Amino acid sequence: MLKYTLKRLVNAFVVLFIITTATWFLMQLLPGSPIQNSEKLTPEQEAQVAEQYNLDEPLPVQYALYMSGLLRGDLGDSYQFGGRSVTGIILERLPVSIFLGTQAIIVGLVVGLFLGIVSALKQNSIWDSGAAFLAVLGVSVPDFVLAPLAQYWLGLKLGIFPIAFFESWWHSVLPSLVLATVVAAVIATFTRTEMLEVLGQDYVTLAKAKGLSRLAVVLRHVLRNSMIPLVTIMLPLTAALVTGVLIVETVFSIPGLGEQFVRSIFEKDFPIIMGTTILFSVFFVASYLLQDILYGIIDPRIRVAGNRE
Amino acid sequence: MDTSNRQITFTPDLFEPVHRSAEDAEKIRGAPVGFWGDAWRRLKRNRLAVAAGCVIILIIALAFVGPWLTPYTPSEQVLERQYKTPSLSGFWFGTDEFGRSMFDRVWVGTRVSLYIAALVTVMDMCVGMAYGALSGYYGGRVDNVMQRIVEILVGIPILIVAVLTMLILKPGILSLTIAIGLTGWTSSARLIRGQVLRLKEQEFFLASRSLGANTFRLISKHLIPNVFYILIITLMYTVPTAVFFEAFLSFIGLGIQPPAASLGALINDGAAQMRFYPYMLIFPAAVLVTITISFRLLGDGLRDALDPRMRQ
Repeated sequence: MLKYTLKRLVNAFVVLFIITTATWFLMQLLPGSPIQNSEKLTPEQEAQVAEQYNLDEPLPVQYALYMSGLLRGDLGDSYQFGGRSVTGIILERLPVSIFLGTQAIIVGLVVGLFLGIVSALKQNSIWDSGAAFLAVLGVSVPDFVLAPLAQYWLGLKLGIFPIAFFESWWHSVLPSLVLATVVAAVIATFTRTEMLEVLGQDYVTLAKAKGLSRLAVVLRHVLRNSMIPLVTIMLPLTAALVTGVLIVETVFSIPGLGEQFVRSIFEKDFPIIMGTTILFSVFFVASYLLQDILYGIIDPRIRVAGNRE
Repeated sequence: MDTSNRQITFTPDLFEPVHRSAEDAEKIRGAPVGFWGDAWRRLKRNRLAVAAGCVIILIIALAFVGPWLTPYTPSEQVLERQYKTPSLSGFWFGTDEFGRSMFDRVWVGTRVSLYIAALVTVMDMCVGMAYGALSGYYGGRVDNVMQRIVEILVGIPILIVAVLTMLILKPGILSLTIAIGLTGWTSSARLIRGQVLRLKEQEFFLASRSLGANTFRLISKHLIPNVFYILIITLMYTVPTAVFFEAFLSFIGLGIQPPAASLGALINDGAAQMRFYPYMLIFPAAVLVTITISFRLLGDGLRDALDPRMRQ
């Protein structure tokens, strides 16, 4: 297990290194100069700006400077915000996104588990079909349709929630609910399938035969055993929230990292795009890594270690 | 009348012998039902999946003929007819801020989604399957190298790839194609490889090999037919994901650029006008949601039909 984990860890670092390097060099291919309005600047001014951002160095030196900065956690300076450090901007905006994501995961988990458990225990009943219908709808209605609709109905028509900005906890309810729908839908379907499988196992029959109450059987035997695989889908689900956060923050004008990322793309603020890309990649790669390791711990049979069998 | 106690007397003239020649007795009635025939029968019984399949066909048909059903074109701008509300006699889906017919724009936008769906299908079917089959078949060092490459590609989030291609090339159909082409086949390649590794150890494969079948025959006759159904099932789940992804990129402004239309771009425009002209959001959103729901329901049906063990 340790050897496997180490191998995967090395692999993850190789992947991150390749992504970073590829992104960095691709950034150099981008059309246009990072210096806007360069025709209005005197050559001296241009040289000064170039020096400030190390743009006067040859490419390999720039690359080396960037990578050594990266190791120290320094992601360079933003073009857009007059030389503020990218690390600072990210650290300022990240907590908002993490807060939204965490809240969405918690709501999604609670709702999804509830729907999944109910539909598994009342299989083929109206509850089951209702939950299945909700789950299909939740997966199929994209965030960028749900978000404006929620703004319109719950925000404008009913006036319960504020429709934009991020000033109080109340402002975070609507965006989190929109984010939570997909999470709830995926977890509901997954929980149902897992529970039905566990319900058919011999040890559940035994537990019932022992005379345990229905509640005890469900809580102690069924639920606990169906929860194990759930751990493994939580990670990819969390990673998938990144695109959701991008949309929701843009639609609701929330000053989080996703909104900043989308805006930087249009502003051509390369250092911020680069920094956010690296952060997203670390997040994705780490969640894949953690998922594979958890798989190995939870169920040694599916260990991916033996890639060569 | 009391029939329960009635006695029936059997006399020989009540019976007549069935004439069966020895040849008849040997005959097997009905053509044998193959794997696909069997699956088709099971699929037909699933009403929801059949309905979903019909909806998909209808949407494909409308995407191609839709714009011809109206006298308008998707990009003609007539300012006198801005924001016409939908009506059966005029504009079926209304018009947008430039007086363009939404009906035509929605179906032209659907073409983009269908193109993405077709692209993902081709990538999964050709590249993913060939890569996975070869990697699993050869095993050993070849497999090791091929899997390391896939692992790196899987590690790169598609969002990042898409954003980078959009930045380097112009945002549009070409950069979308490249982004999806670079990353779209990896998951099916992994899946196929796993299946091939399993099949390789089975007796029928060994039998064919010991009869002297060459690599090409082994892969095309024995491996691919046995993994094909798994590919079809996964397709039904990757297609809606890819369609979503294009719509997402177009929604944040990185996909299809105006005046061209895509469902995501139309939804973005509609969301901006939703307060006054809700139909501009509702029609493209409804088509997008219908496409994804139909693919998912058909996917569930196909899974049950093709792989009965997966049936819940």
